[in-house]
Amino acid sequence: MATTILEPAHAAAYAKRSVLVEWLTTVDHKKVGILYGASAFVFFLIGGLEAEIIRLQLMKPDNHLVSPEFYNQLFTMHGTSMIFLAVMPISAMFFNFFVPLLIGARDVAFPRLNAMSLWVFILGGLFINFSFLLGAAPNGGWFGYAPLSSRQFSTGVNMDFWMLGLQILGIASLAAGVNFFTTILNMRAPGMTLMRMPMFAWSVLVTQVLVLLSFPVITVALILLTADRTFGSSFFSYTTAGGDPMLWQHLFWVFGHPEVYILILPAFGIVSEILPVFSRKPLFGYSAMVFSMAFIAFLGFGVWSHHMFATGMGPLADSFFSLATMLIAIPTGVKIFNWIGTIWGGSLQFKTPLYFALGFIAMFIIGGLSGVMHAVQPADLQQTDTYFVVAHFHYVLFGGSIFSLTAGAYYWWPKMFGKMLDEGLGKLHFWLMLIGFNLTFFPMHLSGLLGMPRRIYTYPAGLGLDGLNMASTIGALILAAGFLVFIYNVIRAWRSDAQAPADPWGGATLEWSIPSPPQEWNFAVEPVVAEKDVLWAMKRAAGVRTLPEPARVSGKGIHLPSPSWWPLLTASGILAFMVGILVKGPVTHGFPFGLVSVAGVLLTALSIFKWSYEPVDHPTTHTPH
Amino acid sequence: MCAFAVLLVAGCGGPYPQSTLEPRGDFSQMVDSVFMKTVYLATIVFILVEGALLWAVFKFRGKPDDPQPHQIHGSTVVEIVWTIIPAVVLAIVAVPTVQTIFATAKVPMTSADGQPPLKVEVIGHQWYWEFRYPELGITTANELHVPVDRTVDLRMKSFDVIHSFWVPQFAGKRDVFPNRETRLWFTAKVTGEFPGACAEFCGTEHARMDFYLMVQKSADFQAWVDHRRADSTMRFDGAPMHPVAAAAPAVAPGKAAVPVSAKDTVVTVAVDPLVAKGKQLFTAKGCIGCHSLSSMNPLKGQIGPNLGGIATRKMIAGGWLPNTDANLKDWLEHTQKVKPDVKMVIGPISDSEAAALIAYLRTMR
Repeated sequence: MATTILEPAHAAAYAKRSVLVEWLTTVDHKKVGILYGASAFVFFLIGGLEAEIIRLQLMKPDNHLVSPEFYNQLFTMHGTSMIFLAVMPISAMFFNFFVPLLIGARDVAFPRLNAMSLWVFILGGLFINFSFLLGAAPNGGWFGYAPLSSRQFSTGVNMDFWMLGLQILGIASLAAGVNFFTTILNMRAPGMTLMRMPMFAWSVLVTQVLVLLSFPVITVALILLTADRTFGSSFFSYTTAGGDPMLWQHLFWVFGHPEVYILILPAFGIVSEILPVFSRKPLFGYSAMVFSMAFIAFLGFGVWSHHMFATGMGPLADSFFSLATMLIAIPTGVKIFNWIGTIWGGSLQFKTPLYFALGFIAMFIIGGLSGVMHAVQPADLQQTDTYFVVAHFHYVLFGGSIFSLTAGAYYWWPKMFGKMLDEGLGKLHFWLMLIGFNLTFFPMHLSGLLGMPRRIYTYPAGLGLDGLNMASTIGALILAAGFLVFIYNVIRAWRSDAQAPADPWGGATLEWSIPSPPQEWNFAVEPVVAEKDVLWAMKRAAGVRTLPEPARVSGKGIHLPSPSWWPLLTASGILAFMVGILVKGPVTHGFPFGLVSVAGVLLTALSIFKWSYEPVDHPTTHTPH
Repeated sequence: MCAFAVLLVAGCGGPYPQSTLEPRGDFSQMVDSVFMKTVYLATIVFILVEGALLWAVFKFRGKPDDPQPHQIHGSTVVEIVWTIIPAVVLAIVAVPTVQTIFATAKVPMTSADGQPPLKVEVIGHQWYWEFRYPELGITTANELHVPVDRTVDLRMKSFDVIHSFWVPQFAGKRDVFPNRETRLWFTAKVTGEFPGACAEFCGTEHARMDFYLMVQKSADFQAWVDHRRADSTMRFDGAPMHPVAAAAPAVAPGKAAVPVSAKDTVVTVAVDPLVAKGKQLFTAKGCIGCHSLSSMNPLKGQIGPNLGGIATRKMIAGGWLPNTDANLKDWLEHTQKVKPDVKMVIGPISDSEAAALIAYLRTMR
């Protein structure tokens, strides 16, 4: 990395920027990470609120709390939000903040591209949620099946918001995918071979491969859908020769199944970081963990049609996808056994992150077992599109991803913000979440088996479903209480003056070797890595359990990428382009919206051009401090 | 835990008329058999793995100042063993899975009773089910009548978007598409009335696209068929068939069938003026544009459900409301409130007009 001497005058000019400008133009991976996390948490709360309304509506049979139309908007947006606006970007918060720290780098490979991903994501999330203000939120399910999503059956702008919003979010994911793939392969500290990388970095690498291979498929599918809805083509409709609704299902699930692993692999990575630290014992079977993750990712591309078992593909295809799906249970089982192997014989330190990590394993086992049940195609003919499936994927995505992301939040909070979260409140959060989660979702296995289809805004009395649904609703309220405790914990930590130490947990990885929160350049001196769990090795070599608190140093002489407006402006151009498509026609309500799209394209092109020629060492926007 | 919970639910509470856990047909019994195998295996795996996890959590509790535990990085032997064990367990699941996939894929050539399977065309609409019996010429809606012990061969399509046909007690789901035919079959082993539902999200009123499967004794089914055919022949000129029987709630199907030669009699019977008004309104209000009152060979591609024999059906409004006069009145007067977005638009209708229409529809037995 190039090194220039920082002139004090430039630093002064830099310091004059307002806080707002600083955050809008930042290219620092840590600030980008925090912005990812903060915005994703807001979207998570919106998605959670949608879920609570859903549960209140289903509390009793034949309830009329919300209209059918609004209910359909709620469940569509709940799914869309939780996948694209909550779990993925909260994972992205950890990618951003911790991948460079874990591999000993000063930033990601493409800092401005990173900022662009962030702004595209935030604008995309706002765009898709803005539909609520128009009373026209997406209402065709997060899977957007044709022909229900066609203009013929969905005349409003609801599904336009969904289709264009997802397209925007896909751009963010793809750009981030390129960035982190490159970062992990090219920016590791000297000596950090791939097989010495922390498992979280591995999980991010594998996840980005999935993103890079699967998102182009949904991008193409959404372009075709946009052509159908906006320009009257018929890729997914059947009225004109050539179109076929089944084409959408294949394209969607070729993306959609790898997407499931995009949501869960980072969770695997986080838990694989936490368990060794709190067991004070290395990860059991490191190589097996790496290869099983790679195997899961590989198989993830060969099982998409298990989402389509009820479409009548024929016994050969059904058998193939049944068996391929079952195969995934083998590497997944290996991972679970290795996690148990990690804590086995350890000295477990019962801190909040460990609670959530253990909760993750316990819940993920249940989700894995029900997953094998509907890998059995005949059984899936009964289970698909029922609450049994809702139970299954919440055990995987909530019991799995959210438990793990929460574990990561408690684990890494001191490093990110320099403040400790309260242990007592953390454990209260855990128990509320564990109890609330199981009370919400376990009964759904039964309501599904007893014949309750998914995506129904109400159900009749007399099917024996009343008690189970009431239990789920009560559980959902307990879950909400758990997150209120978390929010209170965060506010409490924020207001506290107590400074978190650099290494509160006895960490094994490089992020714990630098101050909390890290200084902008992360590592004043580039670390050199000689083995796995490098920080433990350093402590062993020094013969201590905790290294002395690292000093905060002056960044004089460290070159960092300059802040830039162009990522935000590039993202704004993309948003304007999509808004123009949303409000079709050259003139709508007397306003030339077609021109908005044109202006968006021009803004994006100009921004990328200016970005490409932005001087690296512009004196007024030089390195801070 | 799972199996325990399943048994708990099966043992107490209920009834669960739409349950997958009490299979009453051959297809669903095959499915249930392989499903229960996975439940037992999953329960064993669950107890062992969660047990190992809990055991480790309790056994290896540590204190902050404990000495560093033994640093183990892995064990090739152990890892190979716990890779092979899940593979073996999955193989045990895989064999019956593939067998059942092939066993359920093919429609049997003959029924248990030696007859060829009964063909039924299923057509999903937003938001009701249309059933056609091509060999019998009968069309009906939201109530599928089948004889017990006779295999039913369903050929399914959609009129608009994708739906999924589901009678959990008898078979798994099968999606229906606007542009391709899908197949499903089952043989009902017991008689009775069983609810079914649409399982694929299909728009605003997906929740209320239910239907009933009526499994009848062979003779009762034949009587129903004869009645539907005779009834429709009678009404060919539009004359109501049972003008005076309007109030009688439950005339057994078949018993009420009037021979074709009675046609002239019907015309001479003094028609209830309310029924006559209802008949006139059925045309005036445009109902007839979407609904056929004939069970026999109605036009294909009609928007609304076939109303042949509507008076004898269990439910109205897409299998949602019990077929009472009060519900029918509500449905006619406040259609868009009862089931928003449904295609039926009558316009303002007075209580007396509703009463007349109901009286007329009650003659459709």
